[in-house]
Amino acid sequence: MTEVPRLPTSGGCRSEPILKQRGQREVFCGLTGIIWLHRKMQDAFFLVIGSRTCAHLLQSAAGVMIFAEPRFGTAILEETDLAGLADAQTELDKVVDQLLARRTDIKQLFLVGSCPSEVIKLDLSRAAERMTEKYAPSVRVLNFSGSGIETTFTQGEDACLASMVPVLPETSERQLLLVGALPDVVEEQAVSLLTQMGIGPIKVLPAPRADTDLRLGENIVFALTQPFLGDTHAALERRGARHLPAPFPFGEEGTTAWLRAIADEFDIDAETFERVTAAPRTRARKAIAQASEALRGKSIFFFPDSQLEIPLARFLTRECGMEAIEVGAPFIHKGIVGPDLDMLAQGPTLSEGQDVDLQLDRCRTARPDLTVCGLGLANPLEADGLATKWAIELVFTPVHFYEQAGDLAGLFSRPVRRANLLRLEAAE
Amino acid sequence: MKLTVWTYEGPPHVGAMRVATGMTGLHYVLHAPQGDTYADLLFTMIERRNHRPPVTYTTFQARDLGSDTANLFKTSLQDAYARFQPEALIVGASCTAELIQDDPGGMAETMDIPVPVIPLELPSYQRKENFGADETFFQIVRTLAKPMQRTAQITCNLIGPTALGFRHRDDITEMTSLLSDMGISVNVVAPMTARPSDIARMGAAHFNVLMYPETAESAARWMERELNQPYTKTVPIGVGATRDFVSEVAKITGVKPYLDDSRLRLPWYSKSVDSTYLTGKRVFLFGDGTHVAAAARIARDEMGFEVVGLGCYNREMARPIRALAKDYGVEALITDDYLEVERVIEALQPEMILGTQMERHIGKRLGIPCAVISAPVHVQDFPARYSPQMGIEGANVIFDTWVHPLVMGLEEHLLHMFRDDFEFHDAAGPSHHGGHAPKPDMEGGPAPQAALSPRDISSQKKQGADVIWLDDAERELKKIPFFVRGKARRNTESFATERGVSEISIDTLYEAKAHYAR
Repeated sequence: MTEVPRLPTSGGCRSEPILKQRGQREVFCGLTGIIWLHRKMQDAFFLVIGSRTCAHLLQSAAGVMIFAEPRFGTAILEETDLAGLADAQTELDKVVDQLLARRTDIKQLFLVGSCPSEVIKLDLSRAAERMTEKYAPSVRVLNFSGSGIETTFTQGEDACLASMVPVLPETSERQLLLVGALPDVVEEQAVSLLTQMGIGPIKVLPAPRADTDLRLGENIVFALTQPFLGDTHAALERRGARHLPAPFPFGEEGTTAWLRAIADEFDIDAETFERVTAAPRTRARKAIAQASEALRGKSIFFFPDSQLEIPLARFLTRECGMEAIEVGAPFIHKGIVGPDLDMLAQGPTLSEGQDVDLQLDRCRTARPDLTVCGLGLANPLEADGLATKWAIELVFTPVHFYEQAGDLAGLFSRPVRRANLLRLEAAE
Repeated sequence: MKLTVWTYEGPPHVGAMRVATGMTGLHYVLHAPQGDTYADLLFTMIERRNHRPPVTYTTFQARDLGSDTANLFKTSLQDAYARFQPEALIVGASCTAELIQDDPGGMAETMDIPVPVIPLELPSYQRKENFGADETFFQIVRTLAKPMQRTAQITCNLIGPTALGFRHRDDITEMTSLLSDMGISVNVVAPMTARPSDIARMGAAHFNVLMYPETAESAARWMERELNQPYTKTVPIGVGATRDFVSEVAKITGVKPYLDDSRLRLPWYSKSVDSTYLTGKRVFLFGDGTHVAAAARIARDEMGFEVVGLGCYNREMARPIRALAKDYGVEALITDDYLEVERVIEALQPEMILGTQMERHIGKRLGIPCAVISAPVHVQDFPARYSPQMGIEGANVIFDTWVHPLVMGLEEHLLHMFRDDFEFHDAAGPSHHGGHAPKPDMEGGPAPQAALSPRDISSQKKQGADVIWLDDAERELKKIPFFVRGKARRNTESFATERGVSEISIDTLYEAKAHYAR
């Protein structure tokens, strides 16, 4: 019999006050999500309608250029486009014509809004409708906003997935839908565990290709694999699908609770659940125990970044023996991270949004053993003697479910171990 | 609207950040949405800076539009002044804020900030990063520098180095020492290393050394006009250019020309017999105009390469680069379209590329060695060791850097002699190339991923060659050393295609070889 996770005796964080400050934010915009989304959706092209800054961001966030001609690009607005909006639509048609003529492998085209396109109110949904008609049935054209005035980092993926929901065909079949872009290896593990329990059919949003048989309807139940999918969650509910709330599948405990919520929905008996999960759970615990040795008793401070902060704080405090000082998230959606908040013991400051200078002051005063932050802050904090973990790696690396639980702990313990290993001063 | 996949230059406000980040005691208040804060990581990650760039972003959001963005700017400016206490501020807008027309400069003027506040007008939809740096530095100089009494001894300002510049850090050291050997000391280095109060005393120097025209030419011209300071036109990269630079400085100052070349090794290394194999290596050059012009001279005159093509991405340098290309008997490629650069390189099939980090990726894909000579650069182009491009040591560094990606001379001979030897077989790879990693697919597979890159779950691009290789020709092709095999394959295929031959035999292979023999 699997034990139910013990809730903190002092009470969880769900009703704790949240510190909200308004000032400079140090975060990526939603366009960044294109970097992993285009790898996941293999016949999709992401066309940002924006400025040189957008193109430069994508390039810098990608770190390197992997392919000569990637499946994303920026239609850079020029002076002439800003003069008249009708012209901008015609120009966009021209760019898309060229693009689709050259890239016949593209089956889904996302028109991605940016800060400049939002400000000049360039109507991309109208453009998408027009183009969908024009290019049907070979290319489906959708639009979403990845702009920095509306989205923060992982919200770009949320906006993208939400844009796909309304166009999915209807079904009355009972299905399980897993929602969130995960590396294939991780996704396959999740599907395999659930299949072994006898749960099915299982579908995944986003699918790797446009022509898959994703359907929606009132008999669909869905589980989120990422905590930042608030708009997608709402869009799915509007289509009649039902959400299975659960802690997120990070670490052994989170994965078990996540699987448990699905298993309960599909009336899977305790023996079956135990049979399927026992071995990977044991492996996960062992791996975490090893990887988290350096983390026990250490303190951690989260700057807001990916919205993974609350589930990760839950994992690190409960399974790796860390103490959370501050858990900052760009947004806190209690309908989604509520179960994680219930399990996170009271104590840390919960903060939403950011005034980066004030938050840096708090961080430097607290001097945590490990700080989770964006790339812009990491080296300056390291130079102050604070060990850091870049948050972006958490979205690029396979970290979900049992077999990655040890790797996830390892991502956090490596900077701590490194700080202990280096002997750069004179011996005496 | 222009479709862009990769860009050589960022937007102009990133150029302004390069100036601000290079300086101390200056703060930049940038009216911009939150996403624009990504630019910090260019400095903290790529250049490994240990401080945040001195930039406050207003990070307005959708809900602020039409209501309160102007106040947000004012608050940010007030807070930034109070927190950082800079000697001077620069204020401006990024591309999005430019559209909402809040006029940061005008607002700042009404605010009684007790230090100079310098407004920047950087048209984001017309200009790019280098313009942004050049214009920002010019505005700072124009506001703060004043005519003043010259120093008693001959001094100069070194102008142009910025944060995120290609080897600017070490070029400053090299130039300072070279000038010091001539008895000339440096008054101010700017923008990098300078405070606003240093800019104010730039007028004390006798002349300016314009290190990088891309980022400081406007300031140099202004100071020539307003402060009566001549500036140098030679960029001392390479042996010949360094000697010319010394003569130019001597002419400007009346000081006796002097160059301590006791540590100069490039000329001898280039003459020594191991370098024979460099003769006539076909190189393609691309980068910013200044570095390309310098590299072309080194390539031809100091390394004995053949320049088969050159170009630059900054249109501001189009004219001199076109003239230069004419001298070299090649067509100049003036473009910021990465795919076009790739097409040209693919067509020219050079044996080496001297380019930016973008061309490094082209090189990886096409299997052509590449050395970096210009920004944009990546983290590996900020080496821990002293590694200038300018002056005597710069020439030494360039020799090493350019030769390194090539198969070493002696090794090339051995590979030819023993190409069927069991230890020299193809898969073994050259001994100095990354520990026997498997050679990337010559048809252009994915390049190795760096630390930051996302997971790779895509498939390779196919090439649409219609010609078929007969088995014996394919076997013969395998006997050709791997580092020229890609070229041999492509040459043979285009030779066959041009002649309408659909099957490649051993004869076709050797006819193509004879055809392309130089």
